[in-house]
Amino acid sequence: MNRQIQVALKNALRTGGILFVFALVGTAMLAFTHDRTEPVITRGQLEQKRALLSQVLPASLYDNDLLASQQSVPPDDLLGTRKPSALWLARRGGVFSGVVLEAVAPDGYSGDIALLIGIDASGTVTGVRVTAHRETPGLGDYIDRAKSAWIDQFAGKSLNAPEAKHWKVAKDGGHFDARAGATITPRAVVKAVKSALDYFARHRAAFAAPPAVKETDA
Amino acid sequence: MMTMNEFRSLFHNGLVKQNTGLVQLLGLCPLLAISNNVVNALSLGLATTMVMAASSGAVSGVRHFVPNEIRIPVFVLIIAALVTVIDLAMNAFVHPLYLLLGIFIPLITTNCIVLARADAFAAKNRPLHSVIDAIAMGLGLTLVLIVLGAIRELAGQGTLLSGIDLVFGEQAKQLVLHVLPDYQGFLLAILPPGAFIALGLLIATNNWYKARAEQRARAAVPMPLAT
Repeated sequence: MNRQIQVALKNALRTGGILFVFALVGTAMLAFTHDRTEPVITRGQLEQKRALLSQVLPASLYDNDLLASQQSVPPDDLLGTRKPSALWLARRGGVFSGVVLEAVAPDGYSGDIALLIGIDASGTVTGVRVTAHRETPGLGDYIDRAKSAWIDQFAGKSLNAPEAKHWKVAKDGGHFDARAGATITPRAVVKAVKSALDYFARHRAAFAAPPAVKETDA
Repeated sequence: MMTMNEFRSLFHNGLVKQNTGLVQLLGLCPLLAISNNVVNALSLGLATTMVMAASSGAVSGVRHFVPNEIRIPVFVLIIAALVTVIDLAMNAFVHPLYLLLGIFIPLITTNCIVLARADAFAAKNRPLHSVIDAIAMGLGLTLVLIVLGAIRELAGQGTLLSGIDLVFGEQAKQLVLHVLPDYQGFLLAILPPGAFIALGLLIATNNWYKARAEQRARAAVPMPLAT
């Protein structure tokens, strides 16, 4: 009897030991790979973010390091955000020249549509991109720049051009095209861009104020 | 080493006889989710093949050190570690490829066919055989994915190879085939139910074909008379 228990115990310890060795080797492998790849991956992500920002705000508008100018702003109904969001302040020669806002269109056909909106100092949209959405493939997903150029029509628009009552899709008597069969999606995006412009108008003074902390220029 | 015959039978197994998509019906979750067009389907298939080849090779290599009772946890550990390493390494060193396949890699970890092949084949066979088996199985899956993707894309959007510019750059856009010009689109084919229906039709066709082949074979060899 005693002998049987001894054998079972020995067996359990042996298999446990083997499992432990495999876990150790696996963890070491992961740690090593993570250590080797992390700097490259971080650099790649920053590069990607920079590329995305330059799509909504022309690089000629600013000479500061846009990524370093990132600020966090509290949730705001005009931005459609329920969590703090980021914004990036552009400056040229130290003077405020534009901003990139993170905004959300909360009333898409299937939930939130995450947007990146570039606005120059005069309050004119320089570009809009959808960064995440779950709209129906082949129907509402034309708001994605990878699928169609629809989103480009916002560039050059401001709160006065078109005037407020025309900040709607064409079907609702507004200024913006929308494809037949999928109106909810563009309606949400148009509304979100308009609200973001309202947000900009309300906070412009704060954006234009000189930076509190000296930024390190790139 | 491996004989030509073994090689051929492994491939026959993976592509036809035990095709994961049509016969074993393993790993259907990513299969159904990502087969809405040809380019996605091909990408997922190739990524799965790559992960399977790596994990089967690794599992086969350590098979003598793994006691039977704990083989599943050890295999899961190996596969998970390996997939994470592949994911990180691709992200860092072949970023364009990662942008394309990256989203599929975590999906593949959940794919039971990777573990199934590790347990059913790699745990009992030599590394070379295991890698070849994994590649054959992966290619079998890729084939089904491509057919499924083609059916769904054609029925859903009237095109083939849309999105290929995401793989080969902007100039590849002209490779997109607008098979049915001015097609209104058929949403059902692109949504998940379309995947189930199309896969069901594929399996039915495969079964019908097999049944017919069997019948022919039986007709060709006359049954011995009962005495």
